[in-house]
Amino acid sequence: MPIHEKTLIRPENLVTNDELVIDGVDVSGHWSTFIKPRTITDYNEAMQEEIAALPGGENIHRCWQCGSCTNSCTMNAVNPEFNPRYWIYLIRQGLEEELLRDKDIIWQCVSCNKCTYACPRDVVPEAVMKATAHWLELKGHTSESPSSVFDRGFTDNVLKSGKIEEGHVLRIFFWRTGQPLAPPWLRDLIAGLVKKFPVFYLFNLLKTAVFRPKTRGWGKTGVAIEDYVRERHAEQAQALGLSGKGGH
Amino acid sequence: MAKDLKEKDLKQVAYYPGCALEGTGHAYNRSTKAVGKALGLELVEVKDWNCCGAMEVKNIDPQVQTYLSARNLTKTEEMGFNVVMAPCNGCYHNLKKAEYDLAQNPQAVEANERISAKAGHHAYRPGGVETIHALDWLKRAVGEEELARRTAGKLKGMKVANYYGCMYTRPRHIFPEKDQGEGSESTYAPHFMDDLLASAGAENVDFPLKTACCGGAHAMSDADTSTQLVLNILTTAEACGAEVIATECPTCHTSLEIHQLRAEKLLGRKTNVKILYFTQLLGMALGLSQRKVGVAENMADPRAYLREKGLK
Repeated sequence: MPIHEKTLIRPENLVTNDELVIDGVDVSGHWSTFIKPRTITDYNEAMQEEIAALPGGENIHRCWQCGSCTNSCTMNAVNPEFNPRYWIYLIRQGLEEELLRDKDIIWQCVSCNKCTYACPRDVVPEAVMKATAHWLELKGHTSESPSSVFDRGFTDNVLKSGKIEEGHVLRIFFWRTGQPLAPPWLRDLIAGLVKKFPVFYLFNLLKTAVFRPKTRGWGKTGVAIEDYVRERHAEQAQALGLSGKGGH
Repeated sequence: MAKDLKEKDLKQVAYYPGCALEGTGHAYNRSTKAVGKALGLELVEVKDWNCCGAMEVKNIDPQVQTYLSARNLTKTEEMGFNVVMAPCNGCYHNLKKAEYDLAQNPQAVEANERISAKAGHHAYRPGGVETIHALDWLKRAVGEEELARRTAGKLKGMKVANYYGCMYTRPRHIFPEKDQGEGSESTYAPHFMDDLLASAGAENVDFPLKTACCGGAHAMSDADTSTQLVLNILTTAEACGAEVIATECPTCHTSLEIHQLRAEKLLGRKTNVKILYFTQLLGMALGLSQRKVGVAENMADPRAYLREKGLK
């Protein structure tokens, strides 16, 4: 299996002139292909430390760039631009601007853990991807991703009741992402299911929608977790030099 | 760490269904209980259980996820059980991960003790409870020989692709009992589901995407990617000659089902493969009716196909 490489030369920096004479020598056409020089002066030296301060980013310093993560990556097979090895390299070098070019796809990691399985250095690339996506949001480089919106709605439901009600989590997700109704394909599917009329199932779904499932004696537990999360998020905001707000 | 469990210990185990099995995975819950009953195994539901954190809470804070899972292990201990069976891959994975983290990560231990104290119950210490999957449960408490005897090859002529998903085998360090040679589960090429269904007469096809990802974690938040991943799984299963994909996880199962329609639209034709929980297949092999194992709750209607195979 090949190690997936990524060229650092961008297509827009390759220049070919049809007619060009340099020092009296005609170098038109093929012989005049140049790479525009690119100088990086702005290294973000704090970036690695900041990402390492977020949950999951702890082991990023251990990476030795073998590429096993990208090679095994589910998302890389879907989109070759999805390249954990490359992003870890950029973070460790402090190449923030380069990382920001991919800021809108990093959250797409599906947490299949193939990278974690393959990594010989226990970097836990899956968790590093989550920490990086999180960092991008906290720093204001991206708005909250659909995945984060979902995670937040889900966790709110767990902290409140101890259990989740899937329908409720979905409704909150569609509402918060500005889709007041479920997407049409999902509605078609539900309509198809209702036609078959599996009594037990429909009754069960209705029951959980009306009487939200709740863990008995949960109250204190939810509060204890909320306190803990608030404290941790304040610590993380401080590590990232963000004043006051807890992040979420 | 893995305790040497005698068969008799598994005749009665604590049962942690998890949230999905009370909602979209209802058929998995029904069929698991029905199979247990038919085989004389007793499941005792964990009292006042809570969500394990699934794929979501860890992204808010991983320590909270560890606590949530550990609380269920505490509840299991409080009932006097030292084995808990979780049929959902996500739950199973998270309970295993909590066990691992509490043995390895001081920060997880500290968070668990702090939140447990405030919530007013004792903090779980690793080594108290062994978490097993429904596959371990049936394989160890009943075994292939007994299943073969009880089912008399009822699944004969059924071509099955066994789909295990991500959470059952990855990452390998949280499953210390796997990859221990003969008789143990493999994280690279899992085979427990294959073994169980083969003992009931099913013909397992050689399926290379056994542990591929269905995109379940982003089934809603990144639906296009999930559809693409599901399309791969469906068409590969078809190409391998499978008529059925057997699942062992409500997230995989639901993701395959809800994305099947979209995937078919993308592909421009219907896919000819049914999606069933392995417990539904085993239940029917044990002579239970389609209704008893909740087949009507499956979205891609498999009823006609099952009748054709002689399963009523």
